[in-house]
Amino acid sequence: MSDAALSRAPVRLPAVPGVAVALAGLALLFAVATPGFLSAGNLSNIMVQSVILLLLALPMTLIIMTEGLDLSMGAVLTLASLVLALTVVSTGSLMLGLAGAVGVGLAFGLINGWLVAGLSIPPFVATLGTMGAAQGLALIVSDGQSVVGIPRFVRQAYSGDVLGIPNPVLIGAGFYALFHVLLYHTRFGTYICALGGNRDALTLAGVKWKRLLVSVYMLGGAMAGIAALLMTARMNSGHPTAAIGMEFDAIAAVALGGTSFEKGNGWIFGTLMGVLTVGVLRNGLNLMAVPSSVQVACIGALVIFALFLDGMRSHKS
Amino acid sequence: MSLAGDISAGAPRIHLSQDMRQLIYRLLAAGLLCLALSLASEAFLTANNILNVLRQASLLFFLASGLTLVILTGGLDLSVGANIGLSACLAATVIKATGSPVLGTLTGLAAGCMVGICNGLMVAKLRIPSFIATYGMLWVLHGVTYYYMGGETIHGFPPGFRQIGSGYFLGIPIPVYLMVGFLVAGTLFAQRTVWGQQIYAIGANPLAARLTGIPVDRRLILVYAFSGAMAGVASIVFLARLNSAEGDIGEAMTLPAIAAVLIGGASLFGGVGTVFGTFVGALILTLVLNGMNLLAVNASWQPLVTGVIVIFAVWLDMHGRKKA
Repeated sequence: MSDAALSRAPVRLPAVPGVAVALAGLALLFAVATPGFLSAGNLSNIMVQSVILLLLALPMTLIIMTEGLDLSMGAVLTLASLVLALTVVSTGSLMLGLAGAVGVGLAFGLINGWLVAGLSIPPFVATLGTMGAAQGLALIVSDGQSVVGIPRFVRQAYSGDVLGIPNPVLIGAGFYALFHVLLYHTRFGTYICALGGNRDALTLAGVKWKRLLVSVYMLGGAMAGIAALLMTARMNSGHPTAAIGMEFDAIAAVALGGTSFEKGNGWIFGTLMGVLTVGVLRNGLNLMAVPSSVQVACIGALVIFALFLDGMRSHKS
Repeated sequence: MSLAGDISAGAPRIHLSQDMRQLIYRLLAAGLLCLALSLASEAFLTANNILNVLRQASLLFFLASGLTLVILTGGLDLSVGANIGLSACLAATVIKATGSPVLGTLTGLAAGCMVGICNGLMVAKLRIPSFIATYGMLWVLHGVTYYYMGGETIHGFPPGFRQIGSGYFLGIPIPVYLMVGFLVAGTLFAQRTVWGQQIYAIGANPLAARLTGIPVDRRLILVYAFSGAMAGVASIVFLARLNSAEGDIGEAMTLPAIAAVLIGGASLFGGVGTVFGTFVGALILTLVLNGMNLLAVNASWQPLVTGVIVIFAVWLDMHGRKKA
């Protein structure tokens, strides 16, 4: 394992971007099968709806690159959305609400990172535990009820636009660019590649990688907080089970995008395509009036298939 | 109890007593918990409540005992809760359609087992990391079950069938007898059969297990099939107890089941743990949740507490390893 990691460059594009094939294939399928799919309105709809997922999938890519996983993201997003909704309703200040949501995300990121880096607990169990904690807290702060009566200006964050470009798309594009630069053009990004591929090298180079790992999880939490703003604005309410399971869509998008769970190979553009694939799949199935439960099953099957391909690829090389 | 004794055949003798000590600590913890609860609430030490705790623990134990074998191989099965949902709904349909509880029970067990075999194939043959494969399976099952049920509930089963979940024999709930049966069978299987010992060997060192000629793939599939089948068992008892089937019937049970296994002393890294330990773990967790109930703590706190317990149990395990 470590020999293989040493002999391979940390970032390597997949030989065949299977996700591009999947995206094109699905788009073609839906374009033929449903008349409304290719309309400008629907295409922009897909983009707008995919942004919340993108905000989760971007940090998830980095987390998975460190051979980690964050199963708590959906529950943290839910909790952050409730905190945002409650704060905005009681104080009327969007900034306070956003600060609260990001604060919740950062706190959970800190706990996740500390459990993973500090206590060396396997990430999928550590974040499974914090997922339970966040779900419980979401029920507790909301008392199991929806939070309604959110001021109209919050909705602007989701439904407004600048020069005809919807706000969510701008936000998504901005964060995509940010993560691209972060991963490929900063030392932080290089270290993240090394965290998954060759942790010993970081230790030998004197890098305090535990702090680094904690900051990756905190980044994930903060992004969940920002996604909470968009989600609350879209639903115009806070709901204690709103985003439960959304981490699965994010993990699916990352896995589809060709980021490997074992070697620290990540591909930000692949994640973007993965997010769009999940978005197109959900949108197309919606247009065909396929129930949401079947959509989930389809995404699950797609992920298993993507991981199977991932395994095949790594066996060959 | 010589349960812990055979865990690591050929390992140094110190491990033997250490495992024993771990088990004694856990039994002590359970005892202390009982003591504290009986002091805190008068309702705790009533025959009714004790039987209630045992019945709740039995449901958890069914799920957790299958999961123990998976965790012994160093894997994880996150799909068990969703598996309960699908198995219960299928079993309920068959009982309604044919009127035969036996056919329904067999359907539930077969469905659970099939899901487990799919998990095992993904882990053993496709080499997908188990927590991801079973996490994907969780959502596939979730989707299929919801689609199948379409938001409907199936309820009202023959009284004979309902006995499995809510009946009594000699004043003790029937699920408790089932629990004891599976406890004995599981312990004998894990400690006294070649297959059981091979499962420990796979968890302790997969490469060495492969090199000694253990059919690792087949044992892995077996273990996941067991886990699925036990989810099937849990679904039948649950169904008989609730007298109704819904899509989300077992969803909240995955985390407690994992918690029970980990509290019971099994290690996520494989090769360490016993079915009896899991039994004690299920008991401890049920005592905690029961105590919260008796002390009128809002049920919303349960996932939070369970989550913290999971993390704490793993941390204890890691801590113990560092010392050893």
